[in-house]
Amino acid sequence: MEVVISLAIGVMAGSGVWLVLRPRTFQVLIGLSLLAYAINLFIFSVGSLALDKEPIVRAGVAATLENYTDPLPQSLVLTAIVIGFATTALFLVVLLALRGLSGGDHVDGEEERP
Amino acid sequence: MTGTLSHLIVVPVLLPLATAALMLLLGEGRRPIKAMVNLLSTVTGLVLALYLLWQVQGAPSAFGVYLPGNWSVPFGIVLVLDRLSALMLVLTGCIGLASLLYALARWHQAGVYFHVLFQLQLMGLYGAFLTADLFNLFVFFEVLLAASYGLLLHGGGAPRVRAGLHYIAVNLVASLLFLIGVAVLYGVTGTLNMADIAVKLPLVPAGDGGLLHAGAAILAIAFLAKAALWPLNFWLPGTYGAASAPVAALFAILTKVGVYAVLRLWTLCFPADAGGSALFGSGALIWGGVLTLAFGAVGMLASQQLARFAAYSVIASSGTLVAAFGFGAPALAGGALFYLASSTLAGAALFLLVELLERARQVELGPEALDDGRDVLTTFTEAEPPPGINLDDEEEVLIGRAIPAALVFLGLTFTVCGLVVSGLPPLSGFVAKLAMLTALIDLQRPAAWTLFALLLLSGLMAATALLRIGMRHFWTAEVHASPRLRVVETLPIGLLLAVGLALVLNGEAALDYMQQTAISLHTPAAYIDAVFSVRPLPAAVPGGQP
Repeated sequence: MEVVISLAIGVMAGSGVWLVLRPRTFQVLIGLSLLAYAINLFIFSVGSLALDKEPIVRAGVAATLENYTDPLPQSLVLTAIVIGFATTALFLVVLLALRGLSGGDHVDGEEERP
Repeated sequence: MTGTLSHLIVVPVLLPLATAALMLLLGEGRRPIKAMVNLLSTVTGLVLALYLLWQVQGAPSAFGVYLPGNWSVPFGIVLVLDRLSALMLVLTGCIGLASLLYALARWHQAGVYFHVLFQLQLMGLYGAFLTADLFNLFVFFEVLLAASYGLLLHGGGAPRVRAGLHYIAVNLVASLLFLIGVAVLYGVTGTLNMADIAVKLPLVPAGDGGLLHAGAAILAIAFLAKAALWPLNFWLPGTYGAASAPVAALFAILTKVGVYAVLRLWTLCFPADAGGSALFGSGALIWGGVLTLAFGAVGMLASQQLARFAAYSVIASSGTLVAAFGFGAPALAGGALFYLASSTLAGAALFLLVELLERARQVELGPEALDDGRDVLTTFTEAEPPPGINLDDEEEVLIGRAIPAALVFLGLTFTVCGLVVSGLPPLSGFVAKLAMLTALIDLQRPAAWTLFALLLLSGLMAATALLRIGMRHFWTAEVHASPRLRVVETLPIGLLLAVGLALVLNGEAALDYMQQTAISLHTPAAYIDAVFSVRPLPAAVPGGQP
């Protein structure tokens, strides 16, 4: 499971970095989204990966990390998802505004001169 | 601060939030009401910040700790007011009030949600300076950044949108780095409370040391990108140059948030007595700051426009601060804190002046239809000569060409800003630089001498650049048509410079406060004790007397 998660994070972060460095605004947007996914998974995995363990305390089972998974990274991921989604939506608005104003989709608002 | 008074610590966050919500309910119109509400809230915030500063300045280790959720310490979010936070709160309040007053003249009419975004920006700033929880710091960073994205676009136009896109992209990436750093630190220490992290760091097993340092470094990169450290600062001149004048003035404190976060976490987590991690990253901070200062100084010298000059002066100020804090020497950090206050105020005033000076040039090149000008300062050239004065053959007054009051104001404030930014006597910039230079001599290290020389050289370069810009604006024109300024536009610049003047007139007390702040920052045990000694309030007994 650790290998699968690590590969997923690595592939998404790698593709995200590559896309963020591209000159087209939409590619940058997708790159930022992919990076955000990779980092959300990363935060999630920080709380140690476990199967069949829940973060909610049940009666009669001692509240230690041996019986449960750490709930804090999950709540952090929730917050990070919400904030990341909102700021990405804002970026999309500015992207569309720039496209309307410049008529192109280059991040600088104009094509590079040869 | 105990009892009911301790609730005042959370008010600087709640007040702007409530004001912003109220103004959203008012809808898109009703600008005069919104302006009044916004002004009232901003003034209240400033008064409150001053009161909190007055509360902590008495005792050397006075801390205000507040538990917003009434959870016991390492588990819930904590707000901590210490001398550094109080200083930053007052600075935020001053600059917020000045830029709001300036915006009330014209700029607040350029967009619908200016007042709402402005209050949210203040909320993010106040919250970031008060919180003592790492993830809560991230949330407040996002609040202030989201508001700043909106404010940067205020006024519209292609240059602002283009600069805004770059600014948002850079800050989104920096926020992602922030998250990685927070996650790694949580994974290593198992806590998010800053004081608790500082306690747990010495207990981290040696095998996790590399991970810990990597996490701290990634976190620092996120902060330093916001603090505009070279080479993470190429977005700044374009962004600040494109922002409207009041927004750019408010942004003068945004870079200081990054500097503040580095100073807070670095002094807390890696003090000189932390064993293997003592002063971790000190060299990177010093040399990064030195390079930034050099970059800012060269940029100032190369700037053809005042707006770009102001942006590069912000970079130079950030570089000076990061380098000075990086030494981990309390005496130097005290001088640097004084420099922080002085340079932030002068930088904000400079951003406000930019637009007025550009307007003065526009008047020279061909007057454009400006405002209705009901509040303009009196311009002596337009006045009828009073009876009984000697007139020459062409009926001109014989006492020489009068200088319009507006131009005098611009010239004087520009000179004062220039003196502060370049650190020439007798103003606050000089006091700050003198304090830093004295402390640097005592350090006797090659890096200290480098910073010493660069501080002097950058002051010279700033003065040269300002002289050139000043000559172009005030001397070269053959005939000065007088620019029209509204009183409400001149007031905030005067206010900012008056605060700077008060800083230097009470120089000894101010410098003493800064030195005490630096000493308490470099002995984090008192801070940690204060945070851990706070107990949640007992729950009210059901049915009993509250």
